[in-house]
Formats: sequence, structure tokens, C-alpha cells
Amino acid sequence: MDAIVEVFPVLVKGVEITIKVLLASIVLGYLMAFIAGFCRLSNNIILRKITGFYVEVFRGTSLIVQLFWLYYALPILFGIEIGSDFWAGVLAISLNYGAYMSEIVRSSILSVAKGQTEAATALNMSRFQRMRLVIFPQAVRMMLPEFGNYLILMLKSTSLVSLIGMTDILYYGDILRSSDLSQAPTVYLLVLVFYFIIALPLIWLTKKMESASKKGVASQ
Amino acid sequence: MNNWSWEIFLEAFPYVLEGIGITIGLTIACYLFALIFGFIWTFVRRIPVKPVRWVILWIMEFIRSTPPLVQLFFIYYAWPMVPGIGMTLSPFTSAVLGLGIHYSTYIGEVYRSGIDGVDKGQWEASRALNFSTRQKWTKIILPQAIPPTIPMLGNYLIIMFKEVPLASTIGVVGILQMANNFGAENWRYLEPLTIVAILFLVLSYPSAILINKLERKMNRRFDKKTPTGSKPISKANAPG
Amino acid sequence: MTEPIVMYKDVHKSFGDVSVLRGIDLDIKPGEKVAVIGPSGSGKTTIIRMLMTLEQPTSGSIIVDGKNLWQMEKGGQLVPANEKHLREVRGDIGMVFQHFNLFPHMTILENCMTAPVQVKKEDKATAKKHSIEMLEKVGLGDKLDNYPSQLSGGQKQRVAMARALVMRPKIMLFDEVTSALDPELVGEVLEVIRDIAKEGEMAMVLVTHEMDFALDVADRVLFLDNGVIAEQGPPSQVLEHSENERLQSFLHRFRK
Repeated sequence: MDAIVEVFPVLVKGVEITIKVLLASIVLGYLMAFIAGFCRLSNNIILRKITGFYVEVFRGTSLIVQLFWLYYALPILFGIEIGSDFWAGVLAISLNYGAYMSEIVRSSILSVAKGQTEAATALNMSRFQRMRLVIFPQAVRMMLPEFGNYLILMLKSTSLVSLIGMTDILYYGDILRSSDLSQAPTVYLLVLVFYFIIALPLIWLTKKMESASKKGVASQ
Repeated sequence: MNNWSWEIFLEAFPYVLEGIGITIGLTIACYLFALIFGFIWTFVRRIPVKPVRWVILWIMEFIRSTPPLVQLFFIYYAWPMVPGIGMTLSPFTSAVLGLGIHYSTYIGEVYRSGIDGVDKGQWEASRALNFSTRQKWTKIILPQAIPPTIPMLGNYLIIMFKEVPLASTIGVVGILQMANNFGAENWRYLEPLTIVAILFLVLSYPSAILINKLERKMNRRFDKKTPTGSKPISKANAPG
Repeated sequence: MTEPIVMYKDVHKSFGDVSVLRGIDLDIKPGEKVAVIGPSGSGKTTIIRMLMTLEQPTSGSIIVDGKNLWQMEKGGQLVPANEKHLREVRGDIGMVFQHFNLFPHMTILENCMTAPVQVKKEDKATAKKHSIEMLEKVGLGDKLDNYPSQLSGGQKQRVAMARALVMRPKIMLFDEVTSALDPELVGEVLEVIRDIAKEGEMAMVLVTHEMDFALDVADRVLFLDNGVIAEQGPPSQVLEHSENERLQSFLHRFRK
């Protein structure tokens, strides 16, 4: 019990960074997903190829490799600094999951039934109106459950930023462990519990998104 | 781009490549562990005692919602310190247990979706034909439940491959750790890290295409009835 | 002689190697009701889908109200129409689909008023008033806030008609609108079409399998066979006194 009292306040110091990285990654990741998803559906072949390349590269390699590459290699290659470890971490996570989620955006839009586009055309809607009023609102409902699952995946991946020196929950856990190895079981169990507590609202949100998506979709 | 050096690239390449055996070996070990452990989840969550089932579901949820990296540290650093049952494990064994257990909860879901995907009439038919429980599972249910899950399971092999470099953090010397070592010795991270990325891409991209083909073939064979209730992440080939 | 509102001139259509329409020439007068019958695969649906711009003809031209639908003039030359041109020309055309294609994420009322507000830029209050009137006319005034998933097939199809009608088209296309319905729901939908037809001012093209209905509503019946109009004329003549053997065997199958 004493150990917990000792460990708890130290780990709490890392919560802020974990949550900041998580929120920034979620926002940027979803943004990236929509941008890349739409680019892959564009009529412009160059845009399509470039986005396709981005998606395959980020899906084909590991997040941890991407993180190290952005943090250690990119600055050497172009002689520029990303600015901070915060942005290196957020960029790696959001570019990685943005690539995965762009596939969800793309496939959801493609799986809205063809009849929906036809009905919208028959009402003389423009291409943009068809997307905005008819296709997109239905596609978003299809994206919701999978987008929900990615919330948890992104949370889990934030723990990687401790490896580039960000002071998140795991970072403080590692500090405690290296100062007193016998505390390791308490420390890491508590770290896991911290992450689980942050995950709970995300799990709840995922369930909500799943039930919201059950309404109002016409798929092929 | 003037900082790129082909000389260093060529020097680093064989160095980094030395780690590929460990990376692939660890991938396979973790995967097999997850495949076997996944079965255990599938069966214990069917235990017909509600509180037991409830506890098991929460344990699965806990393992699934917390970072595999922390689980890895727990097994490598904390497990030896647990009084009574704790023991020291090698980095490789720790990684097999850590990543294996984490992904077994996902694999368990895949099995479950396969079993749920078997038509209800099949259960009724096997009852009507008076099969024993054992016969019901081995002759009727599993032969139908397993094939449709094969593409999803294949996907998890690729996901596992991409998760394995996490083990470099506890000292498993795969390609990522080799690149880090090269970087530390020569103060050059750009080329070795790029090599790691290329190796991952070269190995995982063709596998992903293969899995996609397999999936399409399976869909045709099984009349497009992919298992229901599967976690969509498997389709998206996402890492944990 | 009134000018035809729609003219097909030697229209051909193939999908890949399969030739579906092989030279369609057809004039439709304003307010005229035309029923199109024929075996499945004869290209009936393709005829109206090309008019709705859902399918592009392989060759030939379609003239709507004096304007070339699929071609436009640019620098003194005829070039394939762009989206803007298509929107200008197809504004007077409405369509009802076999599978309704209602927007599942909108209420019945929203299904009807979205296009008038967004496409025709009517103000919301007017669009709402017209939509409610139209829904009342098809007998669904009490379902305004329901979602399509809460309706029967027949009700969905009546909503689809109201949705097309509030756009006040000069030409309405009906694509086998009763084929996806349970037999007991067909009547209510045909009843609505009959009412619309009686009002008279709109041209209608009905692709249908309901022979008695065609006889009753249409001014003219086309029998489509093998990608050409094999027979056409007043319903009583085509459906009851035709010498065409293919038509007779087709009708025979339906009368059984």
C-alpha cells in the first residue's frame, strides 16, 4: 500500500502529456484520414498516386520505426528540426493512423449504394451537393465504429513517445523503476491501470459510435 | 538531400540485415503463441457461469486497451520482482509472452467471429443427428468456422511483424536495434533507420497483397459471408 | 403540331461488348404518357436512364426541350457535355426508381424538401409547404417525421414519387416502380401514378410489367425487343391486336 502511495503522485505527472499527445493525434489523425481518403477518390491521377504512396508506406512500416525516423533521421536528411519531440510524436501517430483510417474513409464512401448517387442526380444535385448532402452523411455513419476502435489504438501508441524522451506516464514509470527495481511490479501495474482508466471513456465512446452508426445507412 | 550518403547506406545495410533473422523469428514465435493462446480465450469466455465470464471479458478488455509496450516492460522488468511466482526471463521470451498475450485477445475475437459466423442451423442439425459435443466441434463447427478466418489471421501475422520492433526496447536485437546500434557507433541514424523502413515495406507490402487475394478467394468460396462481429481493425490491417 | 419535348435520334448503347440499344428513334410530346414494355434485358431501363443522365449513350443524340443533352457547343464545336451542361438540361426531368433509393438518413419530409431548397434555391418555408402538400397527396401526410426504414415498400415508393414531384418536372420517368413491391402493395402505388397521369400536364415514360395498367394510363405503348423498338402505337392496338409474333409470345407469358 505504501508503495502505491509513493508511486501514484509521480505517475500523475505524466498524465497531462499522455492526454495532450492523444488529443492532438486524434484530431490530426482524423484530419489526415479525410484528406487522404478524399485524395484517393479524386479524379486527379497524380494526387491519387501520391496519396496511395503515402498510405502504403505508412501502413507497410512500423509506427516505432516511423517515430524514430521522424525524430532522428528526418532532421538530418533535410537539415530541419520538426520543432519538438511533441510534434515528432504526434506527427508519427497521426500520419500512421491517418493512413489506416483513410482506407476506412475511402471504402465507406465507395460502399454507399449506387442508387443514392442516382437518386441525387435525378434531383439534379451537383457533384458537390451529392457528396455533401447524400453520400458523406451516410459514409460517416459507416466510418464511426472503426473510427472508434482507432481511438484505443491511438491511446496505446502514445506510450511510444516516452522512447523519444517525452515525459508521459510511461516515462515516469521507467524513472521509478530504474531508481528502485523492486518497485517495478507496483509501478507497471499502476501504469497499466492509468492507461485503462483513460481508455474507459474511449471504450464507452466506441460503443456509442457503434450504435449511432446502425441508423440511416443504405449500403449495396 | 545533401546529407544522404550512399557510402554509409551500403555500409549499414549488411549490418542492419544481420538482425532480420531475430525479427522474423520473433514474429513467428509471437504469432504462434497468440494463435494458441487465442483458443484459450475463445473457450474460457464461453464458460456458462456469468460472473466468471464477466471477469474474463474485463481481463481481455484490460489487456487490449493498454499499451503492449507497457505490458512488455511489465513482463521483462516487473515479473522477476513478483514475490513467489516471479522469475527472470530473457528479452526474447519476454517479448514472446508480452506481444503474444496482447495479440491473443485479438486472435481470440477472430476465432469467436468465425464460430459465430457458422449458421445456426448447423448447431441444430448436429444436435438433431445426435453428435457428441466433441464430434459437433471437430466435425461440424470448426471445419466451417476456421477457413473464413484465415485471411484475418494472415493479417495479424503482418501486424505482428510490424509490432515486433517494440521488443528492441527491452534489448531484443532485431533490425531496429541493429540500426540503433549502428547509429550509436557511427552517429548516423538516417541511413540505418531508412534501411529498416525499407525492409519492413519490402516484406510486409507483398504479404498484404497476398492476404488480400486470399481474402477475395475466400469470399467467393464462402458466398461473401464473412464472419460477423469481427473487429474491423483486422480488415484495416492496423497495429495495436 | 407541338414540338416534342424529348427526341431520341439513332441512339445506341453498349456495355463493353454487349450491345443493348441498337438505334432508338423516339419522340415524346409534352404531356404524353408512354409505356415501355419488353422482355428483361431488352434495354427498356437503359432508355430512360440515358435521359436521366445516369448512363451515357454510345452514339446518337437525345434532345430535351430543344437542347442537346449529351453534347454542348464549345468554340463552335460539339463536345461531350460537362456536369454544368447536364445540370442545366436535366432540370426538367424527374425519376422514380425500382428500389426507391430514398435517403435513409433523412426524414420523409427532408427527403422531399432537400432538393427544392438546395438545388432550386427555394426558401425553406415554401419548400416545406409544397413538400407537405405533395406528401398529403400521396397519402403520407401523417409520416412526415418518420425515417424511410419505418415505412412499407409501397409507402417508400409513394414518398419517392412525392420527392420527384416537388421538383415540378416536365418529364417524369418511372423505372419498374412496382417490381420490388409485395403484390398487395402494388395497387396503392399504381393508384398514385394514375392520379398524377390524370392531371395531364407532365410527360411520363413508364417502364413497366403491368400490362393492364399500361393499357389504362398510356397514350402510347412501345415494345422493345433486341435493342430496337419493335412495335409501337396506341395501347389497345399494341397490346391486343398486334401481329408481331415476339410481342404475342411476350404478352402470352404475362397473361398466364
